[in-house]
Amino acid sequence: MRAFIGFVALSLIAVGLALALYHIPFGQDRMDVARDYLARSVRDTGAPNVVTGIVVNYRALDTLGEVTVLFSASLGVGMLMTWRSPGGGRPLPGASLIVRRGAGFLFPFILLFGGYIFVHGHLTPGGGFQGGAVIASAFLLLYLGIPGYLLARRPLAAIESLTGITFVAIGIIGLAVGGYFLNNFLPKGSVFSLFSAGVIPILYMVIGLKVGAELAGVVANMIGGGEE
Amino acid sequence: MIYIALLVVGMLGAGIAACLLRDLLAAVVAAAAVSLILSGFFYLLQAPDVAMAEAAIGAGLTTAIFVIAIRKTGRHEE
Repeated sequence: MRAFIGFVALSLIAVGLALALYHIPFGQDRMDVARDYLARSVRDTGAPNVVTGIVVNYRALDTLGEVTVLFSASLGVGMLMTWRSPGGGRPLPGASLIVRRGAGFLFPFILLFGGYIFVHGHLTPGGGFQGGAVIASAFLLLYLGIPGYLLARRPLAAIESLTGITFVAIGIIGLAVGGYFLNNFLPKGSVFSLFSAGVIPILYMVIGLKVGAELAGVVANMIGGGEE
Repeated sequence: MIYIALLVVGMLGAGIAACLLRDLLAAVVAAAAVSLILSGFFYLLQAPDVAMAEAAIGAGLTTAIFVIAIRKTGRHEE
C-alpha cells in the first residue's frame, strides 16, 4: 500500500514537472538576465571568467550566504563528531610504502594547484570553492597516507574565522566607499592580468582558504584524530 | 555521439547500482562513478567551473567522507 501511494505521488510529481517544463525549448537561450550578464560582465567586473564575475561580484552576497551554509555544515559535523573520539572507530591501518611516499610527494603539489585555482579564479575556470576543495583533498591524502597524522585544530579554526571576518570586512569597506555592500572598490586594472578585477581575487583567496579549512576540518572531524 | 550515449548508459547503470547494492562500500564507489561521469558531462557542456567542483567535491571528498562513515558504522545494509 505504501509503495502504491509512493508510486502515485511520484507519478503526480513527474506529470507536474513535465507539464511545467514542456513549453521550455531545450538548449535555447531564453534568459534575458544571462544574456545581459554575458554582454556586460567583463566590462562591469573586469573578470574574463564570467562565472567568477557573477559569483563574486554581482551575486557576492549570495556567496557570503553559501560560505555561511558551509560553515554551519562544518560546525554541525564538529558538534556530532568529536575531534578526538575516545575509543571510537578503529585506527586507520598502516598504508603501504608507495602510498606513504606518494602522499608526501604529492601533498605540496596539490596544495600549489589548489592555490593556483583560487588565485586565478577571475581568469581561468575554477575559483574559491574548487580550490578550497582541492586543498582539503590534499589534507585527506595526508590522512590516508600517513598513519596517525594529526591536523592541528587551532590554526585551522584561526584561518576559518579570520577569512570569514575578512570577507565581511571587505563588504563593509565597499559599503563605506561605494554605497553598497561588497562593492568592487579597487581599480579593475587591465583585463587578463593577474592583478585585475578589483576585489574579486582577494575575495576568492579568502573564500578558497575558508572553504579549504572548513572541508579539511570536516574530514578531520570524521576521521576523529587531531591534537587538542 | 556514441560516446555520449555510452557515458549516459554508464552513468544510469552506476546510479541504479548505487541504489540497489547491499554492500555499502560498493554503493559508494558506484555513486563516485556517477559523480565522475557527471563531471565529464559538465565539461562537455562547457561548464568547466562546475566540472571542477563536481570532480573535487562529488567524486573526491564526498566519497572519502562516506567511506570514513562506513568504517565507523557497518559495511552491509540490513
